[in-house]
Amino acid sequence: MVIRDLTLAGLKKEQLLNLHYTMLLMRHFEEKAAEGYTLGKIGGFLHLYTGQEAVGSGVNLALEQNDVVISSYREHGHALAKGVDPNALMAELYGRASGVSKGRGGSMHIFSKEHKLFGGYAIVAAQLPIACGYALSAKLLKENFVTVVYFGDGAVDEGAFHEALNLAQVWQLPVVFVCENNLYSMGMAVERAWAVSSLEPRAKAYAMDYEQVNGMNVLDVYQTAQKAVKRARETSMPTLIEAKTYRFRGHSMADPSSYRSKEEAEKWKQTSDPIVLFENALREAGIANNDDFKKNDDRALQIATKAVEFADKSPMPELQSLTEDIMVDPTGAIAWRRPR
Amino acid sequence: MRVITYREALREAMREEMLRDGRVIIIGEDIDAYGGTYAVTKGLAEEFGRDRVRDTPLAEGVIAGAAVGAAMSGLRPVAEIMTINFSLLASDQIINTAAKVRYMFGGQTNVPVVFRMPAGGGAQRGAQHSQMLEAMYAHIPGLKVVMPATPYDAKGMLKSAIRDEDPVLLIEHELLYGVRGEVPDLGEEYTVPLNRGDIKREGTDVTLVTFSRALHLCLQAAEELAHEGISAEVVDLRSIRPLDLDLVLDSVKKTNRAVIVEEGWKYYGTGQGIAAMIYEYGFDDLDAPIGHVTGVDAPAPYAKNLEKAVFPSYTDIVAAVKKITPVRSGR
Ligand SMILES: Cc1ncc(C[n+]2csc(CCOP(=O)(O)OP(=O)(O)O)c2C)c(N)n1
Ligand SMILES: [Mg+2]
Repeated sequence: MVIRDLTLAGLKKEQLLNLHYTMLLMRHFEEKAAEGYTLGKIGGFLHLYTGQEAVGSGVNLALEQNDVVISSYREHGHALAKGVDPNALMAELYGRASGVSKGRGGSMHIFSKEHKLFGGYAIVAAQLPIACGYALSAKLLKENFVTVVYFGDGAVDEGAFHEALNLAQVWQLPVVFVCENNLYSMGMAVERAWAVSSLEPRAKAYAMDYEQVNGMNVLDVYQTAQKAVKRARETSMPTLIEAKTYRFRGHSMADPSSYRSKEEAEKWKQTSDPIVLFENALREAGIANNDDFKKNDDRALQIATKAVEFADKSPMPELQSLTEDIMVDPTGAIAWRRPR
Repeated sequence: MRVITYREALREAMREEMLRDGRVIIIGEDIDAYGGTYAVTKGLAEEFGRDRVRDTPLAEGVIAGAAVGAAMSGLRPVAEIMTINFSLLASDQIINTAAKVRYMFGGQTNVPVVFRMPAGGGAQRGAQHSQMLEAMYAHIPGLKVVMPATPYDAKGMLKSAIRDEDPVLLIEHELLYGVRGEVPDLGEEYTVPLNRGDIKREGTDVTLVTFSRALHLCLQAAEELAHEGISAEVVDLRSIRPLDLDLVLDSVKKTNRAVIVEEGWKYYGTGQGIAAMIYEYGFDDLDAPIGHVTGVDAPAPYAKNLEKAVFPSYTDIVAAVKKITPVRSGR
């Protein structure tokens, strides 16, 4: 029996089912992208978000529309959560003119000004200092937005991570650092790379507030992010969130996955699938049932399928666009000749 | 002779040098557990142990700095930087330390380090993953920058680089790892010097000056030009710094025409540097202005059709040659 006005984590049924839908959209979108890659429709590197859906969707629910998200190359999920049109997203993966970045960026370089999804960056950890800059704008221009920046456990080992955390703390920047600790950076297991077993001591080293959360539990993620976002918005102070998660697929589609056992990955999928865990929680709370889930699943699959159709029939970019948008000032190109 | 891939040739070079010299170590990201990003180091950790083949955390700055320090103190490190794009995070230690310390400390120390890294585009990896950037390093006194294009040269030059007393950047190309070529049998010791280019095809009408993957485009173009009655000589520089300038000038003296072919950007790059040297030292031998085939002056786009247009193709080379080379009659 489903009781109408039950809530979980302060969320009503409709909000909870929207959250469920977002996670399923990420899941189906990535499966379609994998298919596109296998078919040769998508080239280059393709890093999927499968398994980590609870992090991006949970954090995003704590955000307002005006808040900023910056990410890495593993950013499709973050973009979908932020409201980026799945059609334009898939078209970007397909390298089509109708893609969010006009087909010039590809899977690793999603950017949507409209949705304040300000970039997928492919140089590991580069996005953290960039996020500090956005947060500085928010502070100095008195635009009350919060900046969320996503990165992996590998990014933590780059100098840029440390430089960014320190700066954010001493300058009191309204930024939320979200580390998606999926236990591997490519083939490097986190316990081989880190001298510490969590990010807490690293946050402490910069006197920064730290929260660790089970990144497979979307409601925990949501509530943790809520606190951090509130702190950023109200006191202009940063937070480091460490979300413990796992990527169900390889690092990229090119990854042989020889560094971890099939059993390990299987176990995570069987026991910690964030979508299954969320469905169990909703069912147990008597908030939603399998029919609700099925409806969301059908809708997400349909949207992902449509995105592929849209991308596939979109035209390639015009050749002349190759040298467009390099700089604002076209005479800034080198060896510009005076018109005579 | 055997036929092996460029990837295998590099692996053999490291393996042989590690067997020869216990001071040789390899450090880098994902060289062991992942199996090597381009599988170059595959199997080496098993064979030589994880003391000598070390996966590092994701941190190019410390990879480079530690390799330089280790080289200054007795080890012979080979540092693998996953791609040249990420070497920008290592470039401080490469440029400000490796290239400087011998000089600024009055010749009291050496930096016998090798940095291996692939450059280049052509696999739709987009703007931040498709750069050449060798010119940036070749600009720096105190560094050697070599760019072998065949398995034979890759093996021979990597062995020389490891034995060299100075810092060497051995810049590979993402699309060369699967290229196959003849290499002497195992046990037949050979090296290739770091200061000699190589004529990869002889010709009389025009000199194609090139390096790295563009060599293969030049060979393809030369074949096509031969059908049209133009005999192109293909000079593979192999090393950018030091540059085998005499090899280039001697060839130009013979053909009186030069076209420089490279994948990277045109302006302030390797090709323009070479062109300036040809003009400076070989001006009288030229019958036509030097041609220059390069990548388009834009960041690398992702879309397949745009990417195809951004990098030079062998037809661009054929066109550039024809622009400055008259087809001789009677052939
Ligand atoms: C500076 C830099 N070094 C290396 C790489 C190659 N690379 C891309 S992703 C990656 C692993 C990153 O792992 P992590 O930060 O844990 O993020 P995840 O991929 O697990 O989401 C590496 C080594 C890069 N893109 N940039
Ligand atoms: Mg990771």
